[in-house]
Amino acid sequence: MLTIVILQSTFSAIGIPVIVIGALGLAFGLILAFAAKVFEVKIDPRVEAIISALPGANCGACGLAGCAGYADKIVHGGEAVNKCAPGGAAVAATIAKIMGVSAEAMQQKVAVIHCSSGGKDNTRWKYHYDGVSSCKAAVNVAGGPNSCSWGCLGLNDCQAACMFDAISVDANGMRVIDYEKCTACGACVRACPRQLIMLIPINRNVYIKCSSKEKGPDAKAVCGSTHPCIGCGICSRKCPVQAITVKDNLARIDYDKCINCGLCATVCPTKAIQDLLAGCRKKAEINPEACIGCTICAKVCPVTAISGELKQVHTVDKDTCIGCEQCVAKCPKKAIEMV
Amino acid sequence: MSYLAELFVMAMTAIFIQNFVLSRFLGLCPYLGVSKKLDSAIGMGMAVIFVMTMASAFTFLINKYLLLRFDIVYLQTIAFILTIAALVQFVEMVIQKNAPALYKSLGVYLPLITTNCAVLGVAILNTGAMRSDGVTPYNFLDSVLNGFFSGVGFTVVLLAMAGIRMRLEMVELPRSMKGMPIALILAGIMALAFYGFMGFKI
Repeated sequence: MLTIVILQSTFSAIGIPVIVIGALGLAFGLILAFAAKVFEVKIDPRVEAIISALPGANCGACGLAGCAGYADKIVHGGEAVNKCAPGGAAVAATIAKIMGVSAEAMQQKVAVIHCSSGGKDNTRWKYHYDGVSSCKAAVNVAGGPNSCSWGCLGLNDCQAACMFDAISVDANGMRVIDYEKCTACGACVRACPRQLIMLIPINRNVYIKCSSKEKGPDAKAVCGSTHPCIGCGICSRKCPVQAITVKDNLARIDYDKCINCGLCATVCPTKAIQDLLAGCRKKAEINPEACIGCTICAKVCPVTAISGELKQVHTVDKDTCIGCEQCVAKCPKKAIEMV
Repeated sequence: MSYLAELFVMAMTAIFIQNFVLSRFLGLCPYLGVSKKLDSAIGMGMAVIFVMTMASAFTFLINKYLLLRFDIVYLQTIAFILTIAALVQFVEMVIQKNAPALYKSLGVYLPLITTNCAVLGVAILNTGAMRSDGVTPYNFLDSVLNGFFSGVGFTVVLLAMAGIRMRLEMVELPRSMKGMPIALILAGIMALAFYGFMGFKI
């Protein structure tokens, strides 16, 4: 009798809680298992494969919200596979493999600041700005602290926006972009309140380092670095391939046409065009033994530095040659070398 | 007291006087963790309101028809956590299937609050809560509404915190105060401010 009472009380003390909680757990488990079947959402395995192939920086260079969004858009929205700037060609190739399409080579780009001002001693200041240290804030205070309302404010919003540590500040307070680290994600382009930064093909080395749309004299008056674009149009007229257009008193290079010759930099009266290859360009030289005198090189030379009669050996005038390498690519006999 | 007046008292109590974050100190993890940006704070707030309301409903039923019925109220915590976790998982699956847009804005926050102490807190506090007359225990509708208002209270404070923290980003602070230290000081000041509501008798 006593044993039964003990058993009964043991059951009510241990058995009931175990049964109730156990049943509760079992019921929820079954419901969830059932729901997992009923409400199953099929995730395309390719999406996950692409997400793991992407760098995962979520920088937004592809124009979508993060890497996951881009992966989803590739699979379901037919987005191009080569939009990932940080990943570059390698990632594009991997994604192309996953999707079974061929990847078109992506033109690698770098960010370039289109202003030669913004440092401590090459900027003309209207007033001393002592507010929140951000270009976005400073630009709202009486049109910004620097005299040029198009120029760099020098408060390094672009540096703060860079996720890859590619922008550093030198002793003068000028921003220096490390082309090795720059992935052309475009974060700095969006961060700059004056839209001074543009993404430019990495194999182009000539930039117009000014964004001022002021008329010539006005631009000159406010520029602290004395290298403003005054919109004179000399570069545009001298450009051998018509890659430069002047609009609103500002010259801009069309990098689809630009051949990297640097002629514009040498003719610019205000030295507003920066040519990274200046002084280190090689000159063309024709190998007289291989030359058959076809005149093709003379025809493509933008500065008519090549002379010679038909079926005669041609020669290059080294003083006129600008080292654009146009002739090298066109020579059918590969007779031209850059030395 | 009419039911509308009762509701008003309940709402004011849950949102201001007995705010879950600032006077009960529950749900502090998302309060500090998800308050860096306003839009994610909105997402989190909506998820908390949703889950608190659902959890209040289900735990009320579990409490009344299982725990009280079999006299095992001491297992409340385990039973409630089990219920809330299963519920959130289930809801997540349903909205992922049926409302992908809602899932995208709410989905990432749902798993975060399966075992959130504020959600468990509202469920447990509901079981012992009384109406303003001090003798009538909460019925089903009271519990659900109290869960909803508690979620609203959480969201109000989370949004206020996110708004202030976004402004703090623009302020120059000593390096050692940046980030979490200033957020904790801010939380303390906000809690003091909300402490002032305790003097109100409705």
